[in-house]
Amino acid sequence: MIQASGLRKLYGNTVALDGVDLHVREGEIYGVLGQSGAGKSTLLRCVNLLERPTAGTVTVAGQDLTALPGKELNRARQRIGMIHQHFALLSSRTVAGNVAFPLEVMGVPRAERERRVAELLDVVGLAGRGKDHPARLSGGQKQRVGIARALAGNPAVLLSDEATSALDPATTESILALLKRLNTELGLTILLITHEMHVVKRVCDSVAIMADGRVEESGTIADLIRTPGSRLTREIFPLPEPAPAGSVTLTFTGDPQQPVVSEVVRKFNVDVSILGGSIEDLAGGSVGRLRVSLTGDTAPALDYLRSRGLLVEEAS
Amino acid sequence: MSWDEMAPLLWAATGETAQMVGWSTLFTVLFGLPLGVALVVFDRGGLRPLPAVRSVLGFVVNVGRSLPFIVLMIAIIPFTRLLVGVSIGTAAVVVPLTVGAVPFFARLVETALREVSRDVIQAAQAMGAGRLAIVRKVLLPEALPGLIAGLTVTVVALIGYSAMAGTIGGGGLGDLAIRYGYQRFETLLMIVTVVLLVVIVQLIQSLGDVVARRLSHK
Repeated sequence: MIQASGLRKLYGNTVALDGVDLHVREGEIYGVLGQSGAGKSTLLRCVNLLERPTAGTVTVAGQDLTALPGKELNRARQRIGMIHQHFALLSSRTVAGNVAFPLEVMGVPRAERERRVAELLDVVGLAGRGKDHPARLSGGQKQRVGIARALAGNPAVLLSDEATSALDPATTESILALLKRLNTELGLTILLITHEMHVVKRVCDSVAIMADGRVEESGTIADLIRTPGSRLTREIFPLPEPAPAGSVTLTFTGDPQQPVVSEVVRKFNVDVSILGGSIEDLAGGSVGRLRVSLTGDTAPALDYLRSRGLLVEEAS
Repeated sequence: MSWDEMAPLLWAATGETAQMVGWSTLFTVLFGLPLGVALVVFDRGGLRPLPAVRSVLGFVVNVGRSLPFIVLMIAIIPFTRLLVGVSIGTAAVVVPLTVGAVPFFARLVETALREVSRDVIQAAQAMGAGRLAIVRKVLLPEALPGLIAGLTVTVVALIGYSAMAGTIGGGGLGDLAIRYGYQRFETLLMIVTVVLLVVIVQLIQSLGDVVARRLSHK
């Protein structure tokens, strides 16, 4: 749905993006995770060409945006929704007026606009607040207005620029739940950038980790979790790094209740002591990560664990 | 001088001031608003960066603002005559008043428009709004309270400028104060004129403040 290749962006001598490839599949929630200054915001702005990349191409819904002239680019942008960290609502307009803005830009007639605005406010849970000005709303409500506005053009793609970073934890939850719902119910493809691992864990199907203008790691969360040495796994599960010599780190996806460790102890001549571990709920299901130290006849035990589908990483 | 003698003089002078200020305000907005928008839109990092054009406009505005009004008024007499056919009288004063106020108002417009957050402008761009739509639907409405405040300051400045218009036969309250109050030693009339000017300026400023506040939803 979104395909960016070879994106480079220079500001003078500063390299903001240093050859970034991004592939977001239709219907997924894709998170770009990174510290501030990693280039993720520039990347997002390159997707709808608010920033024109110095090199590289961006294709959204089959259309090469980098090749479009101004007028057609504007038309393409009407099909790409965007929400912002600080909401970016027009203070001079009411809630309804804000949601109507993109429809006015698209030239939708007034009656149709009013009908659509009411419908959109209903979708985001703000029915009846149309006549208020944004200044009278809470942060979470403002972001809901932002989401309604972003949905006005029936976009194929929604871009989210740190949409929950200015919100408190409970409000963040409700906004993430709303995004997840829109993703499921409307099949909306969402590309979000965030510096919070929590957001990735909560809603994302895929993730790219960025640092210094490059993507360090990307893929579906399920795949990355099963990849030995993945950064995502290390960041999600707070185990001490590097792993102590002789220890084994086990990552298990699927049912965290399966008693693999006790099975190993019963079937093989080994002792297991647990050094640390936790279970995390990710968007795709629960994932556990356990660091243990095995003594005794370890080789067949580890083979057995691998055969049960666990990722086994041995520290040298 | 008795009240009965003063009243018609004051009344006529107030009417002349109102006429001069009214017309020149209208023309100032007509020319100054687009000029202020141009200063913002053509600036580096603006909606349509044209640094060369922007520099020329900025230079012209600065020239206009560096001339004292009384000098400007005399200096552009040929231009005034070309435009309205005469160089003295109330109609003729509107020309230098407008020329003097346009650069002033344009800078205030520029300042007000710069207050509009970049976020909001970028959001409009992300929604596919063209430049004209952004000026009409984002910049101007969002800056409206600031524009009203700027207009209020401009009107008050115009009242001040118009007092000098007496020197080219423009009439008005300033002219009255100088001719009767100063040159004929009519102290009472001088005091009444000053009080009247103070009251008018206060009223205009309060009106501007109220309107700006009602329009602001921050």
